[in-house]
Order: sequence, then structure tokens, then C-alpha cells
Amino acid sequence: MLIASFMSVASLSPAPVRKFSKNPLIAFYQSSIGKKYVVAGTGLILIVYVLGHLVGNLQIFSGQERINAYSKFLHDLGPILWLVRVFLLAAFVTHIVATIQLAQENRLAKPRKYAVTGYQRSTMASRTMLISGLIILCFVIYHLLQFTLQVTDPKFRHMHDSLGHHDVYRMLILGFKNPFVSLFYTVGLFLLTNHLSHGFASVVQTLGINNRKIASFVASGGQTLAWVVFIGYVSIPVTILLGIIK
Amino acid sequence: MSMILDPKIPSGPLEKKWSKHRGESKLVAPNNRPKFDLIVVGSGLAGASAAATLGELGYNVKCFCFQDSPRRAHSIAAQGGINAAKNYQNDGDSVFRLFYDTIKGGDFRSREANVYRLAEISLNIIDQCVAQGVPFAREYGGLLANRSFGGVQVSRTFYARGQTGQQLLLGAYQALQHEIAEGTVKMYPRTEMLDLVLVNGHAKGIVVRNLVTGEINTHAADAVILATGGYGNVFYLSTNAKGCNVTATWRAHKRGALFANPCFTQIHPTCIPVSGPYQAKLTLMSESLRNDGRVWVPKKKGDPRSPDQIPKEERDYYLERKYPAFGNLVPRDIASRNAKEVCDQGRGVGPSGLGVYLDFSDAIQRHGESTIRERYGNLFEMYQNITNENAYKTPMRIYPAVHYTMGGLWVDYNLMTNVPGLHVLGEANFSDHGANRLGASALMQGLSDGYFVIPSTIANYLATQMGKKASTEQPEFKAAENEARCRINRLLSIKGKKTVTTFHRELGLLVWDKCGMARDAQGLQEALQKIPAMRAEFWENVNVLGDGAEFNQALEHAGRVADFLEFAELMCLDALERNESCGGHFRLEFQTKEGEALRDDEHYCHVAAWEYAGPHTRPNLIKESLGFEYVKLSQRSYK
Amino acid sequence: MNFKLKVWRQKDGASPGSFKDYDAKDVPSEASFLEMLDIVNESLAASGEDPIAFDSDCREGICGTCSLVINGIPHGPGKGTTCQLYMRRFADSDTIWIEPFRAAAFPPIKDLVVDRSAFDRIIEAGGYIVVRTGSAPEANSLPVAKHDADLAMEAAACIGCGACVAACPNSAAMLFVSAKVSHLGLLPQGQAERESRVIHMVRKMDELGFGSCRNHYECEAICPAEVSATFMARLNQDYALASAKKVLAV
Repeated sequence: MLIASFMSVASLSPAPVRKFSKNPLIAFYQSSIGKKYVVAGTGLILIVYVLGHLVGNLQIFSGQERINAYSKFLHDLGPILWLVRVFLLAAFVTHIVATIQLAQENRLAKPRKYAVTGYQRSTMASRTMLISGLIILCFVIYHLLQFTLQVTDPKFRHMHDSLGHHDVYRMLILGFKNPFVSLFYTVGLFLLTNHLSHGFASVVQTLGINNRKIASFVASGGQTLAWVVFIGYVSIPVTILLGIIK
Repeated sequence: MSMILDPKIPSGPLEKKWSKHRGESKLVAPNNRPKFDLIVVGSGLAGASAAATLGELGYNVKCFCFQDSPRRAHSIAAQGGINAAKNYQNDGDSVFRLFYDTIKGGDFRSREANVYRLAEISLNIIDQCVAQGVPFAREYGGLLANRSFGGVQVSRTFYARGQTGQQLLLGAYQALQHEIAEGTVKMYPRTEMLDLVLVNGHAKGIVVRNLVTGEINTHAADAVILATGGYGNVFYLSTNAKGCNVTATWRAHKRGALFANPCFTQIHPTCIPVSGPYQAKLTLMSESLRNDGRVWVPKKKGDPRSPDQIPKEERDYYLERKYPAFGNLVPRDIASRNAKEVCDQGRGVGPSGLGVYLDFSDAIQRHGESTIRERYGNLFEMYQNITNENAYKTPMRIYPAVHYTMGGLWVDYNLMTNVPGLHVLGEANFSDHGANRLGASALMQGLSDGYFVIPSTIANYLATQMGKKASTEQPEFKAAENEARCRINRLLSIKGKKTVTTFHRELGLLVWDKCGMARDAQGLQEALQKIPAMRAEFWENVNVLGDGAEFNQALEHAGRVADFLEFAELMCLDALERNESCGGHFRLEFQTKEGEALRDDEHYCHVAAWEYAGPHTRPNLIKESLGFEYVKLSQRSYK
Repeated sequence: MNFKLKVWRQKDGASPGSFKDYDAKDVPSEASFLEMLDIVNESLAASGEDPIAFDSDCREGICGTCSLVINGIPHGPGKGTTCQLYMRRFADSDTIWIEPFRAAAFPPIKDLVVDRSAFDRIIEAGGYIVVRTGSAPEANSLPVAKHDADLAMEAAACIGCGACVAACPNSAAMLFVSAKVSHLGLLPQGQAERESRVIHMVRKMDELGFGSCRNHYECEAICPAEVSATFMARLNQDYALASAKKVLAV
């Protein structure tokens, strides 16, 4: 419990000086609140995506045809799909870059930690946003490699259903039949849940929407939303492993 | 004894004096103002408002405070409110009525002209503070709310929760920070004034010590303004902040400024009693508690029973017994004195025997606990936090404590002392409260002096000083700086056996006992004998560790206690010389048959201003007689 | 009561610091935390050791001078400031860790004393309503809705102690800045300078090396003046709107 480092030298580095551009838009991004706005805004985009993606995935419960048709619909969007993908990728990258920049500034702002920690209000979720975010990044990369780029298992590329559509249904079942894949997926989703359980309320606060009347609702609403996401996504590998979906 | 004090009160009718004076005052033209350097010491209500306003006028201001930020000055702790004769409540208030209440409250020992000006300016203060964003309490219609306070018959007190002092100080502090940003004021926090520098008899600079580095240096200016607060900490235990001290005004006194009415100190009746010798500070509880609490002590001396075991007929509700008309609501000085009296009889309660009960059980029975909780919940909570006792179940214990000092450096109508160029504002001067201050008037005076009086009156002095710039290169500065340095070196070299706090505590006990709530000639003479001995021991046996060239809190404290040890003697001397009782000054020999303060207007209707005459010489008493043209002197009665 | 103290000692800002052990013996349970330190200091002085430097002034919870991080918590356990903390809150023979407020923007001065003048710099940057003395209109000529006035007062209650910065894992000064921006921004008097105020104060806060808010709300949990974290949402909104107006040049 005690991280006390006796006889250690106090940090003598002067506080870092931050400068602001004459351009108000750049200056906004250079400020702490500006960057936070960017993190919150991109976070909101990603939350919407996570929910949309969930709605798509849950169609697996409506059967093979339905989800494969949905997949075809998406692919048929062509350039629009790519536009959306680029947009999401940009949001994702911006979310991460701005967060890392903030984290660097924050590290300089608190050069020395306390010998004893005495957290009063913060949660495990709020304190682990950075680490949960980075692990989610790894998860997302693996997830894209597996199901979108289909490089982890090349046979995914050659699965077609009776209508000749790409057989997403079988791909998911095949993928999640592997308990390690399912486990990794569940762990990733758990971290995402953790991330969202703080992230949603954080977005509302940072965008300046929060107020006294809605504050407790926002906090509990964010956690509820996060667990809905968790249950929704994880229901797929669970039902597959239990053999409910075949 | 040759000095004649001229208070420079303008002629003419009372209500025209201030406007006439302003009309006739000298001016400094805007283009000339930046050529004048002004020093303001202290950043409370008076100091911060003065520094900000003078900076805004274009003067070149340096402001000093010993705190780490000007926002922390002790004005911040004032709870109740600020008076102003706005008559928003349509209850018959007026400038004259506020003036009259203040004069009467001060037991006819203040100057009519100054007090009338204060009442007039009270109107502008509220306007100024509201415009600055001070969040005063408001009615549902959006207009300002008022409450009554301190036994007057009108509601003229403006308040911001129980934090009026804080909010007013933050308003002045923010104005000050704006001027700092504008470059007209330079702020020196964590810097303590050690001495005043005179050049040709004029106040032209100060010696200061940087409390972080220990560096001692001097600053020159065209005029010096002290707004350094009161000397209540001479009693060691008081409701003042730990840092409050007499050093700046005492040093100025030793350089020639007259100290007026030092024996006028105010004792607040409802404080939490001392719980042990380790205690460093007393906490005030709002006076409003006396509206519902009944004050009593056991009839029997040293009754060991707990309060609930003492039947009603064995309790002495002494205030109700002695003052049937006002009962528990007698004025502060009377409530305080009576508490001391019963404790001196050995009937005090609590572990120390220095306390009386303030019992809410009857009020709780009558109104229900929830009503009492609604009215005083935060106070009961504070009491529980400090004493670990639940005042809903067991009576509170209270005891009086020092919390304000009416005496201070003598100033004329321009707020200038007898030392040309030295001006004094707020609690540090003696001018407006006479022998007793009314509730919610301290904030009013601080802001009046700082925002409105000094910015206009200082020009009367400055206009005579064109081209007479002082420089820190002058020998007077070098000499004063050297003296200050020698004094610090001396303090550090004693290396005795007793800590500074020990001396401070001993001095406090002595003056509290002999020159506190009740005084008599014998006790005062005893104190006057003991203080020099205590001072001599201090300079032989005090232990101040560390060195001068560093952050050294013991050294800061030592310098302040050394000055208290000198000042205490003057305070007791003044109390001994004033052979009457008035306001906060109660001499046991001078009381009516009913035990009330007995004034002697024939011989003591004056300001007692003391002139320093050297280290082992009795100071000279110079009297400024007080004339009353607009109010009739009368005896206060609360039976 | 007796306690084992682990106190951060540091000669000055340029020297390294370390924890030192002290015994606080025979401390009455009615003593406040600062009085307990006074007692320790008296015994240190008697034995010729340099007393522990710590800040305090009013000792009634309003001036904001006292600081200290006690067992990892700014102002120690419970509500209020360190000066309002009493030793009965601790158990006999407890070990108590005492550290200064830690933040790059609050450089150390000595032992437990730090320099919080960065807060003054932030107020200088715009934490005021400019009113030339004597030019103010009649006070009641500008009604303020009671709700706004009460909310402004809640924000204005901030005592500027800096515990929010000390408690924040990022040393953010958001709660402090939001309190002043909200206090003045909620009142009609404060509207003229509202946008420039928030931009200048936030930039100054950043320039001084305070971190950013990650919505842990440690600040709100320990704030002795109970300033609400929702004021920080208000600050975010005010800042974004003011910036947007600048970007769009309206």
C-alpha cells in the first residue's frame, strides 16, 4: 500500500509553458478544455458507432439470411461505406492522439504522487481510462484483422451462403467456437464496458451538458448503457459456445 | 505634552462636512498620479480596496501582505454582514439613524464627523460591491435582502450567507488583481513590514522581510498607508487569525505615530470555551444563538453533576434574573462580563470551569427539534465538530473571547496620523467605533476607508509632495534596514530555553486576566509591573531556531510577540488612565449600583492618544476632546 | 492519544525532501490536527530541531491558508479544511502520513508549505468584473433572480485553498476556475466580460502548468466549500461557446 520512496529528490523541473496560437481554432485545440472537447466529441461518435454495430450484430439472432443480407447491404453502400470507415478511423485516431497529448500534459502537472493513496470519489473505471483505452485499441486491431480483413483465418474469405452472399453468420459461429477467441472478445468487451461506464458520463460533463438535475441520472445512465453494450455483444459468443446458435 | 492634535474636521453642518471637504480638498491631476509611489501595507477589506482604487486612479501602488495571497486577510472571517442606510425595508432607517446608532453603540467615544461620513458612504459601498458581483442574499423579486443585527431597531444589514466578509474581501481582492494585471499595483505577498522609514519627519518608506527567502530590504514611496488590522492577538487566544499582529502599527507608533485608545477591545460573548493549554485559537459562534438559548450556571459552586442532573431550581439563569427586560439578549459587553463574573465565583462549567451553559432544551420543547435544527443546524454541527458534544441533547458551553479592537493609530479626518504621509485605514485606526463596535460595522468601515475616503483625502498630502521623492539610498533607509536586521539577529542569537509560544501564552493569560472583560486599578498596576519583567525574560531566554535567511515561522512569530510584549504595557496603561467605564472598557471601580458601565463624560470624553517617549520612559498622553453637537450624551440601560 | 507521524521534510524548493518519523505524544483528543502539529513543534523546538513548517491562519475554515495531505487526502478525512479536523477522528497509535499539496503549479517552499500564487495569476487573468470605484449604479437598479444569486453564491463560496488541485491526479485547477467563472458568469453584472474572462482564465490555467480534467471528481469530494463539479460542466460550455464565437468571429 505504501509506495513511499524515501530520500527521493523532489521534482525541480519548472512547470511546462504552454502557448496559444493567434488562430482561435488552433488555440482551442491547444487548450486543455479544447482537447477534452475533441476527446469527448470523438468519444460520442464512437459510442454511437458501438451502439450501431451492436444493433447490426444482434441480427444474428434473426437467422443466417437476415445478418448476411445486412452485411451485403453494408458492402453495397460502396464509397459511402468507405467514407464512414474513414470518418470512424479518423475519430478513433483523433480520440487516441488527443488523449495521449492530454496524458503527457497531465503527467507533467503531477510530477510526484502521494506516498499513500486516498481516493475518495474516482472509480477504477475512471482511473483506468487510458489503459483500458489502449487495450481496447489492441482488441480493435485484432477484431478488424479477424472479421473485417479476415487475415487471422483466411478461410473466412471464402464462406458464402446459399444466396452467394458472404456468410457472416458462419464466420461468426466458426470464429467464436474457439473458446480462446471468445474469451479474448469477452475481455475486450469488458474493458470497453469499463471505458464506457466512465466515458459516457464524462462526455456529457465535458461537452458542458451536465447539470445538477441530470448529474446522477447521467452517471447511472452511462453505467447502464455500458452494461447493455456488454450483454448485447457478449450474448453472441456465449450463445454460440452454448450451442444455442448453430 | 506640547503636541496639539488637530483632527481637521471640516466646518459647517454635519451632513455637509464630507461633500464640503471633498470640494475643498487638493487634487493630483491624472497625468501626475503615476509620478507618485504609494505603499499599502495589508490587503484586507481596507487595504485591498484602497490599493485597487488608488491604482485605478493612476497612482503607482505597491501592496504588501504577510499572507500567501491577498485573498486570505482576516476580513475574510467576518460572518454576519455589512450595514448600510439604504432603507430598502422602508422601516425608518436613514443616514442619520445609522450615524446615531454607531455613536451610541460606541458609548459616545467616537468623532461625530467621521461617523457621519461612514454612514453616508455606506450607501455607495453596497452599490460598488453589487456591481463587482458580490452575491448578496436576495428576495424572490430579485432585489437585495436585509436582516436586523446587533440589537438595532431597523433591518439594514446586507449579507451573503454567513460569509459576508469573505465575499466582500473577494470583491476587493478581484479589483486588486485586476489592477495588478493592469500594472498599476505591484503585489508583495508573504512579505512582512518590519519598520517605518521617516525622512525629515515624513513617512517615506518601509522595511520589509520576504518571509520565503528571509531577505530584508526597503521600499520608498511618497506616502505610506497602513491597513494592518487589529491587535486582538495580544491576548494570545482570540478569534483573530494566527497571523494577526500589532507589528506594523506598533513600529509606526515607535516612529512617532500616536496610538489612540488601545484599551478599547471588544469581547464576544458566544465563543466555544478553551479546552486546554494546547489550544491555539478560539472559535466564534453566531450571536443569533442567544435568541433561543438560555444562559445558566449551577447555583452551587463547583457542582460536579452533569447539566441534566441539575434540577431547574438549582440553576441560576443569571441574565434573566439580573436583566428581566432584555434577558439573554443583553448587549455583548454585558453578557460577556456576567459570564466572567459567575465563573470567577467558581460556578463556571466544563473541565476548565471557564464556561457557562447555553441551553436549548426549552426552545426544543417549545418549537421542536426540527425548528431549532432549521435555525441553527450549521452552528450545532460546527459545535459538535469542535467539542464532540451534541447540543440538541446537552447544553452548549460558551465563554467570551476577544474578537475586535476599537483602538488603533490616531488619524485625522483625512485618515492621516500625526506623522505626515502616514495614513491608517480599517481596524488599524481608532476612528469610527469609539469604545464599542456595533455588529456589521467593521466591514463597512474597512471598505469606506479604502474605496471612498483615502482615494480622495490622500491628495491633500500628496499635493504638497511634488518633487520631494525619497530614495532607498538615503541614510534613513539604510539605518532602518540595519536596525531591523540587528533585531532579527538578536532574536536568533538568544538561544534561550522557552519557546516563543510559551511567552505569547503567558502574556495572553496575564492581559486577559488583568485587562480583559473587567479591569481594576490594582490588577492593571500588577500587569504593568509584570509585563516589563516578562519582556526582559523574553529577550534573555527565548529560543528561536533556524536562521534569518530562510522561511522561518518561529522567527516571524518571535518578532510579533516581541512587539505585543511592548504594546501590552501601553494597553494596560491606557486602561489604568481611563478612570471610567465605557463600551468594551469596564473598570470595576466605575459602575452604577446596578452594575452597569459608568461613564465620566466630564473628565473622559476624549480620545487618549499616546506618544512614544523611549524604551524605558512613560509615554505621553495627548487628549483630543470629543465634542457632540448632534447627539445627546446618555446612559445606556438594558434593564 | 499517541500517534506515529510520517512527515515530509524539505528544507526549501531547491533541496530534496524525504519523510521523517515523529512521535506525537499525549495529544488530547479535543486538539485539532494543527494543534497536534503545534504540540509536536513545541517539543521539536525544545529539543533543538527545526519545527515543521506548515501554513495556517484563520483556523476556522474560511481563509483557505491551511493545506496538508493527510493519509493521501487533502485536508484529511471528513468534510472541511485541515484546521477543522480533530484528532478524535483518528485511532490511538495510528500512523499518519503528512505531505504537502503536490502539483507542478504549486512549487514547494518548505516542508509542508507550497506556493499557491498560481491561483492569484488565474484571477488576474480575468476573474473579476471591472467597476471603476464610484461609478456603480444604484444597487437595486439591477434585480438578480434569487435562483441565480443563490447559485452564484454557491460557486463564490470557494476558499481558494487549492485542495482540488492537490486531490486531482492530474493537478487540474478546473474546479477553482469553474467556481469563479460560474460565480461571475451567472450574474447579470458579469455578462459584459463573460467570454473574454473564460478564455483568458482557462488559457492562464493551462500556461501555469495545471493538468486537465478527467472527471474523477476527487476535487468535488474533498472541496471544503462543497463547490459542485457541475460548475465544471458550465465552464466547459462557456469556454466552448466563447471559443466558437471567436472562431466564427461573431
